[in-house]
Amino acid sequence: MKSRYSIFSLARNAMNYHKDWERAWRSPQPKTEYDAVIVGAGGHGLATAYYLAKNHKLTNIAILEKGWLGGGNTGRNTTIIRSNYLQDSSIAIYELARSLYEGLSQELNYNVMFSPRGVLMLCQTEHELRAFKRTAHANRLAGLDCRMVSPAEVKEIVPIINDDPNCRYPILGAYYQPRGGTARHDAVAWGYARGADALGVDIIQNCEVTGITREGEKVVGLETSRGSIKTKKVGVVTAGNVSTLMQTAGVRMPIESLCLQALVSEPIKPVIDCVVMANTVHGYISQSDKGELVIGGGTDPYNNYSQRGSFPSLEHTVTALVETFPIISRLRMLRMWGGIVDMTGDRSPIISKTEVEGLYVNCGWGTGGFKAIPGSGYVFADTIAHDRPHPIAEPFGLNRFAEGRLIDESVAAAVAH
Amino acid sequence: MLLVHCPVCGAEGDETDFHGGGQAHIRRPATHNPAEVSDEAQRDYLFIRHNPRGLHFERWRCDRGCGKWFHAARDTVTMEFKAFYGITELPPRELMEAATGEWATYFKDKLKADAKS
Repeated sequence: MKSRYSIFSLARNAMNYHKDWERAWRSPQPKTEYDAVIVGAGGHGLATAYYLAKNHKLTNIAILEKGWLGGGNTGRNTTIIRSNYLQDSSIAIYELARSLYEGLSQELNYNVMFSPRGVLMLCQTEHELRAFKRTAHANRLAGLDCRMVSPAEVKEIVPIINDDPNCRYPILGAYYQPRGGTARHDAVAWGYARGADALGVDIIQNCEVTGITREGEKVVGLETSRGSIKTKKVGVVTAGNVSTLMQTAGVRMPIESLCLQALVSEPIKPVIDCVVMANTVHGYISQSDKGELVIGGGTDPYNNYSQRGSFPSLEHTVTALVETFPIISRLRMLRMWGGIVDMTGDRSPIISKTEVEGLYVNCGWGTGGFKAIPGSGYVFADTIAHDRPHPIAEPFGLNRFAEGRLIDESVAAAVAH
Repeated sequence: MLLVHCPVCGAEGDETDFHGGGQAHIRRPATHNPAEVSDEAQRDYLFIRHNPRGLHFERWRCDRGCGKWFHAARDTVTMEFKAFYGITELPPRELMEAATGEWATYFKDKLKADAKS
């Protein structure tokens, strides 16, 4: 049993100059056989392993990661959490995730720094204003705490915003979810990793899965860079690399891998204390606790596996934000990076069984997966444990593409792709 | 920043002068008799995509030049364009041979037909 983090353990360790902290998780050697194996130790994979062990008492399981845990899109996103979607199926999963985020630090005994600072989605055209009003009504019916706010209120919430009514995209109002916000993305991965490890899950890093082994219609194991592993259940949670891995099991995916970039500015004094999303002009912005402005935009329009994006996309995002927040025009940008996101045809995720027995897949989160981590792990673990889709996961099955039962909403990110 | 070359009008420019149109060589199954198309065939046409790590074949449009669609072969890791070719054409033989995974399966018959003619 791991010792709990608390004010007392902090004080005790301070006495020893912090030399005696135990490792947050083990580095075990892979065993030859597991009851279930999760491929990909990002947020979604780690959450799945954690809930498999905690809710379904499946503890003889492993989670394999080709690099280091949380080193892919989990560590590359802009950490926005919200659940104000239009369709019932989207609301169900994102609101489950958002509500789990509220108690996550206590649940994991790990401070994920969830900060419900509010998410403000700007309406900059008449059409956008009308569309968000519709979403607002849908959300009220679903019991979400969200509301439309007037241009005057927007200026009150974000004083640095450009409220000139004569600019190209004037602020006509905004859709506000006060319970949305941000969290520390690395801490979410680390917290779930520590929690899963404490429950007996083997987290094996630097172990690349090179193939999924089938016998007839069943999964029997995995080939990895550290030898073969036998297992009857495999959950693939590999985001941008999902197509190539699923192909080794003969399953073709409705996925394209694109590069999405983000960037942060030099740190400045607090100027913005909520998340602002400007969908029409393609950009979103928040300020980290360190003072950096965290900025994200849209994807590059072509397939990419290189984790490096193109300059025109960044320029487009920054142009839009400078128009909306003129005071940031002279800020220098410190870092920029890219992540490979897995985009589906309808821009909604896939949480599904496959035609291969024992093979499950959780992918397609595209440009908006961070906010869904706890909910996605929760329902995916249930799907794997009971070999049937969790009711919340059901609308997100792979079969929707053949049945034409698409989810009519671009959930991937609020920016229209 | 990608540098793109239009095989139709010869224009050269960066990616903002062109428009990426996604995977190449997709055929609509319902052209002649829609009733015979299975749900799976329609799904494959609309949603299932080749998504290789490496050599990929795409459609591009010469947005600010002649406006014509054309084909390109590009590596999705190095971002290097290997060839530009016409919208009704197949890629150069050596690229069809170099293709892997689902693309190799797709080009297998084409290579055979090419060898016969």
